[in-house]
Amino acid sequence: MSLENKEFRPKIVAFCCNWCSYAGADLAGSGRMSYPADVKIIRVPCSCRVNPMFILRAFEKGADGVIMCGCHPGDCHYSTGNFYARRRMTLLFSMLDFIGVENGRTRVEWVSAAEGAKFSKTMNEFVEKIHSLGENVRLGDLRCKN
Amino acid sequence: MQRIGVFVCHCGSNIAATVDVNKVVEMVALEPGVVHAEEYQYMCSEVGQAKIIEAIHEKQLTGVVVCSCSPRMHEATFRKCAERAGLNPYMVEIANIREQCSWIHKDVTEATEKAVILARAAIAKVNLNAPLMPGESRVTKRALVIGGGIAGIQTALDIADAGYEVDIVEKTPSIGGRMSQLDKTFPTLDCSACILTPKMVEASAHEKITLYTYSEVDKVSGFVGDFTVDIRKKARSVDMSKCTGCGVCMEKCPSKKAPSEFNRGLNNRTAIYTPFAQAIPNVPVIDREQCIKFKTGKCGICSKFCQANAIDYDQTDEIITQKYGAIVVATGFDTINLDKYGEYAYNESPDVITSLELERIMNAAGPTKGHLERLSDGKAPKNIVFIQCVGSRCSDDRGKSYCSKICCMYTAKHAMLIRDKYPDVNVSVFYIDVRTPGKNFDEFYRRAVEDYHVNYIKGQVGKVTPEADGSLTVHGVDLIDNRQVKVSADMVVLATAIEPNKDARKIATMLTASIDTNDFLTEAHAKLRPVESPTAGIFLSGVAQGPKDIPETVSQAGAAAIKAVGLLAKDKLLTNPCTASPDPLACNGCSVCANVCPYGAITYENKDVMGPGVRENRRVATVNSALCQGCGACTVACPSGAMDLQGFSNRQIIAEVDAICR
Amino acid sequence: MQELMGRARELLENGTVARVLGWRAGDQSYNPEPAFFENAVELEKLVYDGFCGANLSKYMIEASKLEGKTLVFLKPCDTYSFNQLIKEHRVDREKAYIIGVGCRGKLDMDQIRNQGIKGILNVSGTELQGPDEITVETIYGTKTVSYASAMLSRCHVCKGKDHVIYDELLGESADTKDADRFDEVAAIEAMTSEERFAFFRKELSKCIRCNACRNVCPACSCRKCVFDSTKFDSAQKANADSFEENMFHIIRAFHVAGRCTDCGECSRVCPQGIPLHLFNRKFIKDINTFYGEFQAGADIQEKGPLTNYTFEDVEPGIVAERG
Repeated sequence: MSLENKEFRPKIVAFCCNWCSYAGADLAGSGRMSYPADVKIIRVPCSCRVNPMFILRAFEKGADGVIMCGCHPGDCHYSTGNFYARRRMTLLFSMLDFIGVENGRTRVEWVSAAEGAKFSKTMNEFVEKIHSLGENVRLGDLRCKN
Repeated sequence: MQRIGVFVCHCGSNIAATVDVNKVVEMVALEPGVVHAEEYQYMCSEVGQAKIIEAIHEKQLTGVVVCSCSPRMHEATFRKCAERAGLNPYMVEIANIREQCSWIHKDVTEATEKAVILARAAIAKVNLNAPLMPGESRVTKRALVIGGGIAGIQTALDIADAGYEVDIVEKTPSIGGRMSQLDKTFPTLDCSACILTPKMVEASAHEKITLYTYSEVDKVSGFVGDFTVDIRKKARSVDMSKCTGCGVCMEKCPSKKAPSEFNRGLNNRTAIYTPFAQAIPNVPVIDREQCIKFKTGKCGICSKFCQANAIDYDQTDEIITQKYGAIVVATGFDTINLDKYGEYAYNESPDVITSLELERIMNAAGPTKGHLERLSDGKAPKNIVFIQCVGSRCSDDRGKSYCSKICCMYTAKHAMLIRDKYPDVNVSVFYIDVRTPGKNFDEFYRRAVEDYHVNYIKGQVGKVTPEADGSLTVHGVDLIDNRQVKVSADMVVLATAIEPNKDARKIATMLTASIDTNDFLTEAHAKLRPVESPTAGIFLSGVAQGPKDIPETVSQAGAAAIKAVGLLAKDKLLTNPCTASPDPLACNGCSVCANVCPYGAITYENKDVMGPGVRENRRVATVNSALCQGCGACTVACPSGAMDLQGFSNRQIIAEVDAICR
Repeated sequence: MQELMGRARELLENGTVARVLGWRAGDQSYNPEPAFFENAVELEKLVYDGFCGANLSKYMIEASKLEGKTLVFLKPCDTYSFNQLIKEHRVDREKAYIIGVGCRGKLDMDQIRNQGIKGILNVSGTELQGPDEITVETIYGTKTVSYASAMLSRCHVCKGKDHVIYDELLGESADTKDADRFDEVAAIEAMTSEERFAFFRKELSKCIRCNACRNVCPACSCRKCVFDSTKFDSAQKANADSFEENMFHIIRAFHVAGRCTDCGECSRVCPQGIPLHLFNRKFIKDINTFYGEFQAGADIQEKGPLTNYTFEDVEPGIVAERG
């Protein structure tokens, strides 16, 4: 975290699937592998439960970044969920990029239950990226925020 | 509005050292719906749980939020606790302020702030929670095993010994599978038939086991505990109840040109046949494509000679419909087709054979009566070259990316057996790596090298050329000496990759069981649930799940059996209540949800739909909650939002998002 | 036109169909409107010309619930939408008698006005087999414009002359395609992120949430739209805040991604002239690039791109990687 941005505390929503990534986040916790407190996790059964509406809703309510984590492709607890999620998010992110939302504000990362270190590293990277992008003025609820 | 109680756990100092728990209590008490908030040192302890129960009673709580460790740790504990106090267990939510807060943050202000936000999200969710009731479904106390090889036989025996009815469906005329084709087994060199035949007999004689040989699974419907399966008993043309197994029909049959499947096409069989002498059941079948009677209408010799009057040319396929509680897939494997591997000259020279063909050649009941001889001229080979990894560990699309696992060991076995019986025969083995991770495996391989002087050459073979004199030249590379080598051989044996049975994908589709790109069935968890399919009630046995040797197959078969028995032992199943639930009023009937459901849990039916201003009969989605595992794929696929997930509803998740972004 | 009317009358009289779904004249010669005709007398009012651009497939959802068959006139591009609706069980093939009508492109009054023609009273020569030039009567006298110059922009990127489903065909079709349909999308992709944001803010801020795009779209035909339901807490009406239009249009396009046949009706009907088809085309372009060429409605057996997957699919990170 750079000093000049100290006053900016981004709001970051992380959707984590129950079986892999949420467990990975727990493992990061029990391994005391820190990442910024700006990241708040929402537990979903599977990455395929993440509706694009949720992501847009987060941006609407002032989120500066949204990340979705799921099991690695091929390892989904429900066998195919993350395959669908992958296509949905690819298209959604491409659309957000198309309408001019900085593409660094959205991310998907596959984190297994064993990858606590990866979870922590991913969150550190993502928060850093959001810091570099600054506040989400483009997509935030402009009227309510100002 | 709910009446919510929030319970903040110190977890000793695990949480309290970094999160100001009193501040959290103070802050959450201000949240809408919260009527009670307190902290305690260990919420999961007896005393802690008593506090929750007391508050539920005293404050008439309708919802509970516990700010503590991960829900993966104690969600079940707190749900049970709420249930004891008379609250629906699904009215409890956990805010994970340990793993995802106190343990990863150092600054108390920061961690406390985050803990409050996480608690708010949980409170916002509980505000929208509704009591959920697990459903119940019945269990049919009967298992189906698909495949009658050693995996299927062992699974069936173990289930039957536990006292449950088991049916084995085997598509060939006899049970026994690949193991019945093997001559000896590594690393003990037991005779394969000698250890397998007693098991085959035991299975056929077991009062709880029914064999359906020369039969296939046609259709599967239903779900865990309550599957309905159509089994097609193919027309055998021999009445099983009359046949005495005397074998006269086979002796007399004039059609003798059909390649023997059992002997891998190395010799021929008659049109009426049993695959091998120890076949179970010992009742022949008529191969209608080869039978003269079926082809020309004339012949009928078998019928004339059959004293039992068992031949029935008019027999037709029979469909048997049976209910099962559990299904075990034990469909086994075959070796890959070698057409794409022209360099090994397999299709050019009869003296280039696969290892499975060598098993038949070395077997006393095989096409050469167990004499090691060349198929081209019947001469005894003097130089034999084995080539490992033919189609296994393959980086291009001709073969398989995986290791077939059994080849290193059976090649050592073949080499050793040959050197033992024919000490004057030179045996060379081209290998990439020799993989021997198994009990007594490396010792076995070392015996081949050290005691039997098998010539192991580390390197791959580029080409096998048939020569004019009938010999074969093997062009390879010796990586240790770093040179090209040419070895003259009169027999080449290919350790051909194994692949799942061709029917595996079809069966997986019928079962809605997941299957990987190599057509191996996928396990529910690679490490922790290796014998279960992610589809409830489907279990995996043997090579259908991945390459295995016999002891591994047998242990997995037993594991699959105990998992099936664990299911069959239950009278009723409680189903996860966090399942998808459609709103018929908003449902378009478009089927998109059914298209993404991995469990076949969604069906469509015409229903009366009634609502404000709506009264019509139309096509709407129905979720079978016994099948639905609650992934939520359908909820996002559904454009109208008609499909929602109980326990993780759209509104609940949005409430969490809002609470976090507030 | 006479041919259409004659055939409709025959089918109505011999009982093959119970009604006809076509057009009747509007208040101007250039704005005919979709209508049902149940008998020969009503059928006298049937019109069919170059301004009959609407995609009638969506009307067949309601018509499928009625007794008897409905005769519907579909242009080649409309049949893709109809097929897609069959795939989604929204229309009943048995309840439709489809006359695949030939098409030489459909007309857009704005394209005529944009040529500097004002005070328009009447437009003629727009029939299916009409002349290459259409006649525009104005208060300043009679003018002519070429048919092609007056076409809807979507006809310049026509997906073909073939009807993918029909019971019988009437009339010839002409080639109208003279541009690549992804050119507009590619031009926007080439802009900087800031420019794209400015472009879409400008366009979307015009949105008045009249829902015309939603109402006309054959794919966007939910009984209950998520934006009107309580299931997402998203029931805000007209632009409650500046984000609403973003969300509405992105989600609308997302919900029809893989199902949108690119019929272009959304842009045609938008009273504010927002190029809404750009959202759909962007999704189509991405789907084609990432998952292989796909045309919704072409094959009712084929799995849609969002209900399908391969192990090797691209990762969402590709969006950031390609910059």
